[in-house]
Amino acid sequence: MKSRIAAKFQALRHQNRKAFIPYIMAGDPDMLRTRELVGILEDCGADIIELGVPFSDPLADGPTIQAAAQRALESGTTMHTVIDFVSSLRKCTQIPIILMTYYNSIFKYGDQRFIEDAIAAGVDGIIVPDLPPDEAQGLLQLTRKRPLDIIFLLAPTSTDERIRKVVHASRGFIYYVSITGITGSKLSLEPSIAERLAHVRAVSDLPIAVGFGISTPEDASMIAGFADGVIVGSAIVRRTSENDEDLKQYLQSLRQAIR
Amino acid sequence: MHAYLSDREGLIIRKIPDKRGYFGAYGGRFVPETLMPALLELEKAYAVSKKDADFQAELAHLRKTYIGRPTPLYFAKRLTADLGGAKIYLKREDLAHTGAHKINNAIGQALLAKKMGKKRLIAETGAGQHGVATATGAALAGLECEIYMGSDDVARQSLNVFRMRLLGARVNEVTIGSRTLKDAINEGLRDWTANVRTTHYVMGTVFGPHPFPAMVRDFQAVIGREAKKQILASEGRLPDYLIACVGGGSNAIGLFYEFLLDTQSRSDRPITMIGVEAGGRGISAGEHAARFAGGSIGVLQGTKSYLLQDDDGNVLGTHSVSAGLDYAAVGPEHAFLKDSGRVQYSYATDDEALAAFDRLARHEGIIPALESSHALAEAIKLGPRLSKDEIIIVNLSGRGDKDVQHVARLRGEAL
Ligand SMILES: Cc1ncc(COP(=O)(O)O)c(C=O)c1O
Repeated sequence: MKSRIAAKFQALRHQNRKAFIPYIMAGDPDMLRTRELVGILEDCGADIIELGVPFSDPLADGPTIQAAAQRALESGTTMHTVIDFVSSLRKCTQIPIILMTYYNSIFKYGDQRFIEDAIAAGVDGIIVPDLPPDEAQGLLQLTRKRPLDIIFLLAPTSTDERIRKVVHASRGFIYYVSITGITGSKLSLEPSIAERLAHVRAVSDLPIAVGFGISTPEDASMIAGFADGVIVGSAIVRRTSENDEDLKQYLQSLRQAIR
Repeated sequence: MHAYLSDREGLIIRKIPDKRGYFGAYGGRFVPETLMPALLELEKAYAVSKKDADFQAELAHLRKTYIGRPTPLYFAKRLTADLGGAKIYLKREDLAHTGAHKINNAIGQALLAKKMGKKRLIAETGAGQHGVATATGAALAGLECEIYMGSDDVARQSLNVFRMRLLGARVNEVTIGSRTLKDAINEGLRDWTANVRTTHYVMGTVFGPHPFPAMVRDFQAVIGREAKKQILASEGRLPDYLIACVGGGSNAIGLFYEFLLDTQSRSDRPITMIGVEAGGRGISAGEHAARFAGGSIGVLQGTKSYLLQDDDGNVLGTHSVSAGLDYAAVGPEHAFLKDSGRVQYSYATDDEALAAFDRLARHEGIIPALESSHALAEAIKLGPRLSKDEIIIVNLSGRGDKDVQHVARLRGEAL
C-alpha cells in the first residue's frame, strides 16, 4: 500500500516541484498551539509536516529543539498525546505527517502497539534519529507492506557501505543530513554535497530530502537545486513563539524559495 | 545463594558481546547515522590494537611506569577485626596515577585515538576522575582535550575541575537537564557528532554504543587479573566475595570479569559478586540512582539497558551524594549479568556511604572516594555475617581527596 508520503512525492515530481517539509515540536508550548501551527504550515504551503515528539534526552538536537522539547514535556506532551492529536487532525486534513522521535519513546510504548496506533491515527512516517537500520529490524518487520514509512538518515560521514544499507532500509524518502553535526547548527555545506546526492541517487530511486541547519530562503533555494525536498526545523521552531504574521511571512519566503 | 552457572551461560559470558554489540538482550548501537561510521572505524581499530604487539607493549609499559600498576591488594586488618567477620582486602585503585581506576581506560583510549590519527579527545565526567584521567591521557599523547561536566558536579567536585584545567583541558559546564553526568554525556555526544572526523570520544565507563562497553571493560579488566594473582599469592586461594560500586559499571566489571567463571575454592559455588548502586535518600523516584532496584529496560545514549524512566520513556532525575554514581542508566553487560543471576546488585544510601567513608579513614588511614564508599558500605554490612575464614575483595576504585570539600560542606564545616 502506497503511503501518503510516496504519493505526495510522486505528485510533486509530476508538477516538477520540490517538497517543503517544516518541523515543529508537538506540545510546544501546548497542543492547542500545535493545532494552530499545523494550520499555518499547511496554509503557507507545507507539503509534509514533521511533528517532533518530545524526549528528555534529544542527543541529535541543538539548543533550540532541546528547549522546545523541554517546554513540550512540561506541558505534559507524550507519545500518546501526539498520536491522539494526529487522529483528530485527520478529520480536517490529509497532509502527510511524520513523527520525529527518539527510540526510547517508541520502545517504552511497545514497538508493535506503537506501529498499530500510529497507523490507525493516520501517521504516515517516522524518523528516529538514534535508530540506524542496524537496530531497526523489529520495526522494519512490523511495517512491511503497511502504510507507515520508516525514514532513515544519511550523513556526510556515511560510507558507501552505509549508504547501501540505509537506502535499502528506507521508505518514503531518504533524509540526507546536510552537515556533520546536530540540528540547528550553522549550515556549512560540504562542497561535495550535490555530488554525494547524485551518488545516492545512483543506488536508489527514493526521493531525497535534505535537512539540518537550513534557515534562510537562500539556503532553501540552493538545496532545492539538487534535492527533492527541504526540511526546516530549528529556524521555524524559533519563530513559533513570535508574531504569527512574521512567522507566515517567513514560511512563505521559504515556500517560494523551494521550487 | 544462587543457581550454578549453566554451561550455556558460561559460554555466553565468555563470548559477549556478539558482533552487533549485544550482551544477551542488552547493548547495541543506538546512535545517529553521523556517528555510525566512526563507531565502525573504532571497532576495527580496537580489534587491530588487541593483536598489535607494539600497542600492547606500549600499554603494558605505561601501566607499569606511568599508572603505577600493579596497584596493591591490601589486607584491611583493623577494619576486618572491627567487623569481626570475613577478611577484607582492598584493591587499591586509589593508588593509581590520578587517583582512580578511570586512568586504566583513559590511557588505553588515548593511545588508540593517537593511533587512529585523531587530534582531539573529548569526554564526559561526573566525579571528575574520568575528566582528569582523559586530560592526563591527552597531555601524555599530545592531543587537545575538552571535557563536559554538569554544573552540579562542577560545584561538588571543584578540585577536579581545576586539575583538568592544570592539565591543559578545557572544561565545559553543562547547565541543561540534570546538570549531572547524563547531560554531560549528551553534550559530549553532540560535540562528537559535529567533530567526529578529528575527535575521539573517550567514554568513561562501560556504557554507550558498541564497542565502548566491551572496550572499556577490556581496559579495566587488568584490575581483576592483578587481584587474582595477588590473592593467590597472599592467601593461596580465590576470594569468596567481590564487591564494587556501580555507576556505569567500569570498576565493577574491571574487578569481576576475570572471576566470572570461577568458583569459590572450598565449594563449587561461583564466587559471589555484588555490584553496589547509589541508594541516595532511598528508593523513590528522583531520590536515588539504583537502576536495578527502581528501573526498567530502555534505550539511552546509544545502548539498551536498565534505566530510570517514567511510563513514557523519559529519563528520570537521579540523586546520589557521589557524582560518579549519580546516573540514570547502567552498562549493558551489567544488565545481562543481573538477569543471568551471575552478579547480584544491591545499593547503599548516602548515609551508609558517608559512614563507610569515615570508618575507612579512621580505621585504616585511607580516605576513599564517595563512590568507592558505597562498595565499602556493602562490605561493612556483609562482613560481620560471614565467618573469619571467608575472603572479601572490595574494589577501592578511587581516593577521596576530590570529595573532602563536599563532605565538609555536608557537615557544615568551613574549610
Ligand atoms: C572513584 C570512582 N569510582 C567509581 C566511579 C563510577 O564509575 P564506574 O561505575 O564506571 O566505575 C567513578 C566515576 O566517576 C569514580 O570516580
